[in-house]
Amino acid sequence: MNKDILICGVGGQGTVLASKIIAASAMEEGHPVHSAETIGMAQRGGSVTSHVRIGADAFAPMIPFGSAGLLLAFEPGEAVRNLKYLRKGGLAVVNTAITKPVTESLKESGYSGKVMAEYLERKCACIFVDAEEACKPFGSTRFFNIILLGVAAGSGHLGIRKETVLKQIEKYVPPKYLEINTRAFEAGIKIAESETAK
Amino acid sequence: MKQYVMGNGAIALGALTAGVGLVAGYPGTPSSEIIETISKAPHEGVHLEWSVNEKAALEVAVAAAYSGVRSMVTMKQMGLNVASDPLMSVAYLGVKGGLVIVSADDPGPISSQTEQDTRRFADFCRIPVFDPASPEEAYGMIQEAFAYSEKYGTPVLFRPTTRVCHAYAAIEAPDHFAPRPAEGFVRDPSRWVIFPRLSYMNHAKMEKRNAEISKDFSSFRFNTAEGNPSEKAVVASGVSYAYVKECLKGHEDVRLVRIATAFPFPEDFVLQALRGVKKVLCIEELSPYVEEQILKTAGKHHLDLTVSGKLDGSVPHNGENSVELCSDILDRFLGIRTKLEQVDISDAPALPVRPPVLCAGCPHRASFYAVKQAMKGKKAVFCGDIGCYTLGNAMPLDMVDTCLCMGAGITMAQGFDYTNPDTVCFAFTGDSTFFASGITGVVNAVYNGANIILCVLDNSTTAMTGHQPHPGTGRNMMGSPVEKVHIEKVLEGIGVRKILTVDPLQLEDSIRAVQECLPEPGVRAIIFRSPCVALAKPENKMAVDPAKCISCKKCIREIGCPALVTEGGKVKIERNLCAGCGLCSCICPVGAIGGEQK
Ligand code: SF4
Ligand code: SF4
Repeated sequence: MNKDILICGVGGQGTVLASKIIAASAMEEGHPVHSAETIGMAQRGGSVTSHVRIGADAFAPMIPFGSAGLLLAFEPGEAVRNLKYLRKGGLAVVNTAITKPVTESLKESGYSGKVMAEYLERKCACIFVDAEEACKPFGSTRFFNIILLGVAAGSGHLGIRKETVLKQIEKYVPPKYLEINTRAFEAGIKIAESETAK
Repeated sequence: MKQYVMGNGAIALGALTAGVGLVAGYPGTPSSEIIETISKAPHEGVHLEWSVNEKAALEVAVAAAYSGVRSMVTMKQMGLNVASDPLMSVAYLGVKGGLVIVSADDPGPISSQTEQDTRRFADFCRIPVFDPASPEEAYGMIQEAFAYSEKYGTPVLFRPTTRVCHAYAAIEAPDHFAPRPAEGFVRDPSRWVIFPRLSYMNHAKMEKRNAEISKDFSSFRFNTAEGNPSEKAVVASGVSYAYVKECLKGHEDVRLVRIATAFPFPEDFVLQALRGVKKVLCIEELSPYVEEQILKTAGKHHLDLTVSGKLDGSVPHNGENSVELCSDILDRFLGIRTKLEQVDISDAPALPVRPPVLCAGCPHRASFYAVKQAMKGKKAVFCGDIGCYTLGNAMPLDMVDTCLCMGAGITMAQGFDYTNPDTVCFAFTGDSTFFASGITGVVNAVYNGANIILCVLDNSTTAMTGHQPHPGTGRNMMGSPVEKVHIEKVLEGIGVRKILTVDPLQLEDSIRAVQECLPEPGVRAIIFRSPCVALAKPENKMAVDPAKCISCKKCIREIGCPALVTEGGKVKIERNLCAGCGLCSCICPVGAIGGEQK
């Protein structure tokens, strides 16, 4: 299997954990894995990406433009920014709730999630998830990264079995949050299933 | 045991596998995780430290290497400038135990002040340099680096770049590590005491040795030639080799030569690999070092060879390479097509820019704001320094007038004082930077009678590079609690007369402290002390009372906290981001911001 998965968002959204779990799951299924993260100054509220490369002939640490089969976007503007990584026929899983940078609050340019979503829809296959909506049953947006992982796993575009991903989630989240994370993961799978049923 | 680690982790595990007995360094992106990985791995018997700066780290390691212990020093490329004083000299004296100096380069630059090239430094000091292309290679190559260092009795440089340092891969490393047994220091002043005569003699020996190493490197397993010999060949080094490999999938017949040891240049190997080649393209980052060596080799051997690369404009001089960039360059040079089809996003709607900003609730924001308020309408210069607080330059704070290099803010404020008599000169420095290279600057100010206000933004950690401890934290990398070095006492000892300590989150007190310092001459110091929010995230949150808020947006305009956002023209506080520092509540003219109702 050769598969490139790009995860993108804004510093602090939990993209790193999502990439760690995907990488660990792919390894668990016996695939060679490489990944790369944004580290350093950009983590302070900047755009961040995680590149996960599954398969033996990934040489570059980062995914080449036009090569990712799955784009996991924690923020709609970041999805647009990173769309160049997506392969023709690839899937974008996108949070529609925007994160406004300080510059935007200082001088409003009308940045909106709706505009981003409409644009994305014209360009590629998408599954949209509203983070605030999806997280309501869980009382905190903290679990959004796991929900999004569930959507990815449920969409069939991850190329990894759901059970394998769940097993890795068990390893990465603290035991007292395992139950709620499991539910978050399953909620994500449901979202994906209802989308593909459409 | 198989471990999934960052390139920096691979370097750490490789050094442990090689039997390293002492590791010292100073944090700096992209190198910091090397020491952190060692601290988490079983490393019994290894002395591990964050030194106060890179010069100190190297000197500690040199003594260990003189004692026969395999030693490693880690830093970012700018740190090598700080360590260059001992480095130049130890290059002449040599070592007994292997000494590897890891200096991580940062093409881009992504989080550095310069795009300098450690390979050139190696040439300048006449010592070998190793250049891995991936975490897997780094693991093996650092072990070879120790072996070469010992074989030739010379310190060696190891130069990964950001993309190698921060890339993850699975590494198979042993479960247990033990430092190699060492003989200990054997007194021999004719060997370890540098004198002009000794340097003169050793200089000749170094050059003779480098010629031997060049031959040795010609069969080094990481200097490779792939594909079939033909008219055209590509030469790459470092992570650019990985980019070119990625591009040439399906074009495996193209001759690809990879140089992992830029100095001493493996001339015999290159002559062999380029036999029959008429045109060569060099793809590397930072400086055209390998390109120049190939030109030199071609001249020396009268080769009929055209060399392309940075020098003829085929490859940009600045910035980092990427698969896309390499693909364009290769397609032009080879007349093939390696580019993948992409989604066309030329018609994408405008995207918000996301410059890095100080975190919500960061005490530095409050410190800068207090000084700004106290100095409103007065002429002042604000000298910044290296650390998170460089971000105080962003709008709307806009409180950084200069930033040069570690510790420079304190000394530059003095220069401004002598040349701008009507200006109040401020120096902002972080706690870690203060210890790394600020103290001598304060001594200089007191001694030379400068009039400056030193603001130490003390958040009790080295935040920017990932929260490493430092002498003021009472913790070190060996795990034991240690005596804290107190900034106030250091300043007192130097002879600074006015030293105030304030909590920056108490806005009124902080403004008053600045005002109190203004009329006095000489060196005055204010220590703004409050822990980094990324470490000690408080539980309380603030909220805007929509009934009271008049939507003037003063809170956003004045401090630019990322937790303050507008939604449909109304100001609200992003609950997930707010750290409850309370700064915004001090600014709101109508008292609309307060603690959240429980
Ligand atoms: S209290 Fe105000 S300034 Fe402090 S973190 Fe919260 S929103 Fe930002
Ligand atoms: S400063 Fe106070 S009144 Fe003005 S927008 Fe902010 S919360 Fe509302």
